[in-house]
Amino acid sequence: MTFGIVVFPGSNCDEDAFHAAKDVFGQEAEYLWHKDADLKGADVLILPGGFAHGDYLRTGAMARFSPIMAPVKAFAERGGPVLGICNGFQILLESGLLPGAMLRNKGLKYRCEHVHLRVEQTDTPFTSAATAGQVLTIPIGHGEGNYFAPPDMLKQIEANRQVVLRYTDPAGRIDDASNPNGSVNAIAALCNDARNVVGMMPHPERACEALLGGVDGRVIFDSIIETFRSAESLTLQPAVVGRSASLSGERAR
Amino acid sequence: MRARVFVTLKPSVFDPQGRTIVDALHSLGYQNVADVRQGKYFELDLATTERARAEQLAAEVADKVLANPVIESYRIEVD
Repeated sequence: MTFGIVVFPGSNCDEDAFHAAKDVFGQEAEYLWHKDADLKGADVLILPGGFAHGDYLRTGAMARFSPIMAPVKAFAERGGPVLGICNGFQILLESGLLPGAMLRNKGLKYRCEHVHLRVEQTDTPFTSAATAGQVLTIPIGHGEGNYFAPPDMLKQIEANRQVVLRYTDPAGRIDDASNPNGSVNAIAALCNDARNVVGMMPHPERACEALLGGVDGRVIFDSIIETFRSAESLTLQPAVVGRSASLSGERAR
Repeated sequence: MRARVFVTLKPSVFDPQGRTIVDALHSLGYQNVADVRQGKYFELDLATTERARAEQLAAEVADKVLANPVIESYRIEVD
């Protein structure tokens, strides 16, 4: 399958994502420059980490207006799988593809460390190879990962089972000490209503090789590759995975 | 006309930066500063002489770009 890695000015995890897709998992990978309008036949899109447009105004706020975001949105709305990692998650929130917003980390510190994550949902194209309740150890690196949603929105997110990963202790228990940034309900990853768009603060692309300190990020890539493979064997039109997207993640403006 | 846009986190949203600033002020002895909320300030130079149009334009820009309505609210002054 072909991974499309979107590159914004200020992205700095694009090469890590490309390396994981191409060298670790042996898939095709293409860089998609933010001014391009063509997704180059990508079957899955990754919005990588970094500081798109210098994080000016708010993290992800300017990236939302990059020309590539129109085809990215159309791809997501057709049900195409989209993964936002770290700054990519922030961009998905600002562009209304996922609900909610990011605040500064509760302790104001830039947190760069391995965290424990409990898998909450396995019916997304990026977690289908995981088991519910499984605890993953994956690194984070961010100053603004304090996920926030107002009470009504949060209620809906939980009711729709949109929380994909939560920060926990090594045994999978939620406590304040294991929540690195103050995210509401310990939310580390989230999907949209249609489940084909996933945003996560941890960096799975940094945890795919033992040499780099851990391989727990592999399950995210294994999931999407397996999802694509089984979709391909069912139909000759594999480009679209997942149910058709709804606009319920769209922010009321 | 000129518009000034003040963007602040909604009262219900925790402001980690404001909290840190008020803690620093307390450690400096300013116990009578009860709370601090940090925000953003924008000056817009608008190519219109109509007050109503300027207000409308500033509100539109604030809604679409300057503020994130999930966490922030804004106030506009035009002159």
